[in-house]
Amino acid sequence: MSIRLGGLRKSFGTKEVLRGFTLTVEEGETAAIVGPSGCGKSVLLKHLVGLLRPDAGTVVVDGTAVPGLRGKELAALRRKIGYVFQFAALFDSMTVAANIAMGLRRLRGWDRNRIAERVAECLGLVDLNGMGGRYPAELSGGQRKRAGLARAIAASPKYLLYDEPTTGLDPVMTSAIDRLVLKMRDELGVTALVVTHDMTSAFRVADRITLLHEGKARFTGSPAEVRTAGDDVLRGFVEGDPALYYGLRGGRNDGA
Amino acid sequence: MVLLPVTDPLSRPFAASGRSTLAALGSVGQAAALFAGSVRALRDIGTWGPLLLPQMARVGVASVPIALFIATFTGIVMSLQASYTLTGTIPLYFVGTMVGKTMILELGPVLTGLILAGRVGANISAELGTMRVTEQVDALETLAYDPVSYLVVPRTLAGIFMFPFVVLLAVATGIASGWLTALQLLDMSSAEFVKGLRLFFEPWDVWFAVIKSVSFGAVVTGIGCFCGLQTEHGAEGVGRSATRTVVTSSMIILCLDAFWAAVLL
Repeated sequence: MSIRLGGLRKSFGTKEVLRGFTLTVEEGETAAIVGPSGCGKSVLLKHLVGLLRPDAGTVVVDGTAVPGLRGKELAALRRKIGYVFQFAALFDSMTVAANIAMGLRRLRGWDRNRIAERVAECLGLVDLNGMGGRYPAELSGGQRKRAGLARAIAASPKYLLYDEPTTGLDPVMTSAIDRLVLKMRDELGVTALVVTHDMTSAFRVADRITLLHEGKARFTGSPAEVRTAGDDVLRGFVEGDPALYYGLRGGRNDGA
Repeated sequence: MVLLPVTDPLSRPFAASGRSTLAALGSVGQAAALFAGSVRALRDIGTWGPLLLPQMARVGVASVPIALFIATFTGIVMSLQASYTLTGTIPLYFVGTMVGKTMILELGPVLTGLILAGRVGANISAELGTMRVTEQVDALETLAYDPVSYLVVPRTLAGIFMFPFVVLLAVATGIASGWLTALQLLDMSSAEFVKGLRLFFEPWDVWFAVIKSVSFGAVVTGIGCFCGLQTEHGAEGVGRSATRTVVTSSMIILCLDAFWAAVLL
């Protein structure tokens, strides 16, 4: 089973954010969607868990069309998906342990002891041992991201969606988060989709990288293919060259 | 639906009123959808059940001090003003009648309702608004929780259950403070005050206050949840939602006050 997006369109008022975005993420793969801030990466991710409904197009996760789901069916699909929010979105009135336990409380057959054991295990996986009693406000930015990741993996999801997991972190912490993303793939075998504008991070974690440009998938390829691609928009984004990215300089602009 | 910008200056007022009407109708539709969702979510007792008692404490018990403070001074003022109005014309024991009737029928429920619109409504709106703009509501959904079951139902039920409790305490406090004022400042005896208090007392009056306060509780908490969940645009949006909650709830409380008086009295 996998993630399939076909011809996805989404507008907010007069602003057309997604204009026929198509992408497939195969089972066990970690794919990255890159693009500048505000290009619609998070919007795209929210369609996969039913937080947004598309104007047109298909969204299929684990063989199920997401836009048609309601109530218990949608909840059942969401239990298979872990979502790591850009700013962690931890419940600030709860401790880190209570945050991680939130999803587990919805599962049948999970008593307090089993939940406590799993919470401790998840804290260990993200190197936050002993931090379960702290409140989100008492954590650093990197710790908050890791706590958000621990909450997302607690119910052993088949899919992990990362929304800008390294935004606002220093290079050392960015590297640590990237290692965790890889660890989740290797140890838990999850299928992952990472949206980011951090190319270093994308090269490090992704099996395949897609550039989201003007609401469409401009280029999809392996990290090696991205590095050698001739498409100016992609090169402009990877190299951080606005003139190339916005087409202010002559060159190939034909996509791939 | 896409609304195109209107460039003709003469058409702008009409376009603006059209947009306002559409926005208002949209809000009514969204509020109706939230209400329907809340009724459906009542079945999900496993989610909202454990949250009800803490919310009842927050909405009700924590509101008692401010409600009693207001009621105490309302009772004092009512007693003094009744005495000022009645002296030399009507027997002074009617002070007890006026204090009792006005506290039970009007001032107890309405003043408490308005105070709680500020205290409880703004609190709920700001809390849920902050959760909305920091994606905590989205996080709840991704963890397979229904935000209506988890956030809206326990708060609204707490308002429905606890507002009557707070209002009846406020009514009792207002009458007691009016009584003490009559004894200490108006040279009335307890027998006189109680005689006036019992003169036109009807048990139905208490039910009238309870019915009003149940509706006020539903309105204040429901609007707080609705405005909170509609919040967008960060901290400024949270502030705007809290203000909108207090203003809208206060207006609806006064409309409901007139409605119940026309229907039930």
